Amino acid sequence: MFGFWGRLLDINLSTGATKVVEVPEEIFRKYVGGRGLAAWILWRELGSRWEFIDPLGPENILLVLTGPLTGYYPGIKLVVSGKSPQSGGVIGSTVSSELGVELKSAGYDGLMLRGSSEKPVYVYVDDDGVQIRDATSLWGLGGLKLAEALNDLLYKDMKIERGLDTLPSYIYVGPAGENTVRTSVVMSKHTHAAGYGGYGAVMGSKKIKAVVAKGFGPLPRVSNWGEVIELRKEILRELSNRMRIFRYWGTTEGLWYTGYVTSSEPVRNWLEEWHDVRSFSHEEAERKCWVRNLWSDWGCPTSCMKLSRVSEDARPYVTDGPDYEMGAYLGSNLGVFDIESVVKLSALADELGLCGIQTGNVIGFAIELFERGYLTRDDVGCELRWGNTDCITEILHDIAYRRGLGAILAEGTYRAALKLSERVGVDLLKYGVQVKGVAVGAHGIRSGLDYPQKIAYAGSVQGGDHTSTAGTPLKSTESEAFTAFLDSAVICFFNTVDTVKLIKYLNAVTGWGFSEEDVYLSGVRILTIQRVLLLLGGPDVFWDPRIHDDNPERFYEPLTSGPKKGEAPRREDVKIELIKYYEELGWDELGVPKEETLMKLGVSELIREVERVRVRINLNA
Amino acid sequence: MKIWILRDYSRCVGCRLCEIECSLRHEGIIWPAASRIRIHEYIYGFPIPYLCVQCDDYPCVASCPTKALSVSETGAVLVNEDLCVMCGSCVNVCPGKIPRMVNGKKAVIICDLCGGNPACVEVCESMGFNALKLVRKPAGEVVKAYLTNPHKSSRDLARKLSVF
Ligand code: SF4
Ligand code: SF4
Ligand code: SF4
Repeated sequence: MFGFWGRLLDINLSTGATKVVEVPEEIFRKYVGGRGLAAWILWRELGSRWEFIDPLGPENILLVLTGPLTGYYPGIKLVVSGKSPQSGGVIGSTVSSELGVELKSAGYDGLMLRGSSEKPVYVYVDDDGVQIRDATSLWGLGGLKLAEALNDLLYKDMKIERGLDTLPSYIYVGPAGENTVRTSVVMSKHTHAAGYGGYGAVMGSKKIKAVVAKGFGPLPRVSNWGEVIELRKEILRELSNRMRIFRYWGTTEGLWYTGYVTSSEPVRNWLEEWHDVRSFSHEEAERKCWVRNLWSDWGCPTSCMKLSRVSEDARPYVTDGPDYEMGAYLGSNLGVFDIESVVKLSALADELGLCGIQTGNVIGFAIELFERGYLTRDDVGCELRWGNTDCITEILHDIAYRRGLGAILAEGTYRAALKLSERVGVDLLKYGVQVKGVAVGAHGIRSGLDYPQKIAYAGSVQGGDHTSTAGTPLKSTESEAFTAFLDSAVICFFNTVDTVKLIKYLNAVTGWGFSEEDVYLSGVRILTIQRVLLLLGGPDVFWDPRIHDDNPERFYEPLTSGPKKGEAPRREDVKIELIKYYEELGWDELGVPKEETLMKLGVSELIREVERVRVRINLNA
Repeated sequence: MKIWILRDYSRCVGCRLCEIECSLRHEGIIWPAASRIRIHEYIYGFPIPYLCVQCDDYPCVASCPTKALSVSETGAVLVNEDLCVMCGSCVNVCPGKIPRMVNGKKAVIICDLCGGNPACVEVCESMGFNALKLVRKPAGEVVKAYLTNPHKSSRDLARKLSVF
């Protein structure tokens, strides 16, 4: 086996028992790693009772997985997964974290965390195995405070136990994750997050404050070392030449570009997707907030991250960029166009361990309700209006600590909309810009200038996830099958190069001899499992493809401003596109995988779950 | 000629490509723990490249009971793998605790300036970061300033920018 150790650590937080699980090469060949491996593990372990499993209960399994290219391909990502408390399906959530390399260096490809602990703990993994350590003193902390406390602790341990001046890597949750907020994230290095999926809440429900690892060995062997070295050099050179976009401005550039140029930025809960506020931009961020304009993670020459800081009352607020998604969702989407306020809100979201996208989305939704009179000052405690940064700051905290209205918003846009609809007796779901429980990322589809695929979100197995969108043709980088593959090989999307070269790289590491055909086949296999588990859903949400395989209502309202004023997709076209896409995937017109497809993909046992899906959405009648 | 690696902390982006290239050059594999250069990022966002400074008085070399350490033409400390018994005396006397004893290696590892052609500098430069630069070795004790505890350096840098 090359590129993998074939070993996962299976850790039960309820009993403290740990064991090593061997994963045969054949499984990696079929599912590649990362997201694919997550789909397979969750299906095998929980599939038979999927719809009854509470994502926030001890039965759920939190997965922390690497891929075959972890450490070898420039840049670093890690996949966090489990049954999602947002969609009820499986989301392969990615985060920049050296933890992947540390795990590999310690001799493991990933971790399975089950059960739940009674008291706060952190999981510590090194070459000698696993320890479950007390984390009482860390509970409640986030951001740089958490980093300082945990780094001190780990540094001292390392010094005493090994005599080394070195720090392990880790992922952790902030207060929001501890309080099982569905819009919480799994954090790394105080500004990075595995956002989509709500896995911060899963980690919090298990009382895991952090997962720490330090490895002292080399990465697993590769199949063709000479070729890996050559390709690596070539790709490093290529990436370091992509100076302007990612290196110089990072994704911060999107604040201006995605709004003014491609008109696809959330502005006031998507009432608009265009703005011409010149100061809501990367240049302004650079001028006013950047304290470091180049910051990379492990092995990455792209260096897209920037470090921003603002001070208020002598207290620093620190975040990256702000990166585009956070900046747009906590900025323009809330009617906040002042870059320093955006940095502050992003930094707060980071500190609280909240997802900028999901939380910015649900707050935008709440502001719209307030403006429309469905929420009042009594409900909120302050004037929740567009651009009221102080009130938004309050709400961020209320969500993280589940206080007052915050307790409802902490459930995410979809669930909050259902609850509030019930309360006021009006259907409020139409103001929620989400798909299958997952708020839509900060890239609209109406203008067609940014995300040209009208089924991008409607057909995704990860709902509103802008990093995993559906599209045709199937065998192209437009399709979700390709993304599923990238997230399984675990490569950073910004560091991708030509597909042929990527496949060559994978083969040089693994020796699998994958063709392009194999890549898409594995992608479709992964999507098929994800789709079936998503349609099983539960326990509190279920998706009917006839209703929920669709864009949010708002995306059918014509754009009210910008270069594409008046544009909106037509629902009929979306339906037609979807059917075409499903057909390419070997799914029926409702997107339920056909039996022959399961056979072809070598997952015929999935038929049991498919049968249950058919019963649930009444297809057999 | 005595050469030296000048490190500009304010330019280091924390990419660790230097660590990777160092382990590739010496071990032929990617083995971060066996890199002779280390990036310490105690305060995230403020990485500090940390490696041997080739002290003017070479206390490590003087302390070695088996004479496993010597100074090369470039000024680097060379380790004779056959003589090193991993006693740890060089680690103890090194003001920066630079020499490393890594599981799976039979001798300590110390930066060898890659025989005059440092792999770390090459990658740092070619990626356009220029945090590491090859220069003529400065005379005297001044080089030891770069042995300040990297965790402290990281903190100081963060403090200077009021991040912390
Ligand atoms: S290669 Fe240069 S920029 Fe990157 S971590 Fe090393 S010293 Fe810093
Ligand atoms: S820094 Fe340490 S290893 Fe390098 S010359 Fe000085 S004492 Fe020796
Ligand atoms: S000069 Fe060579 S041995 Fe020294 S740290 Fe750089 S790559 Fe490693």
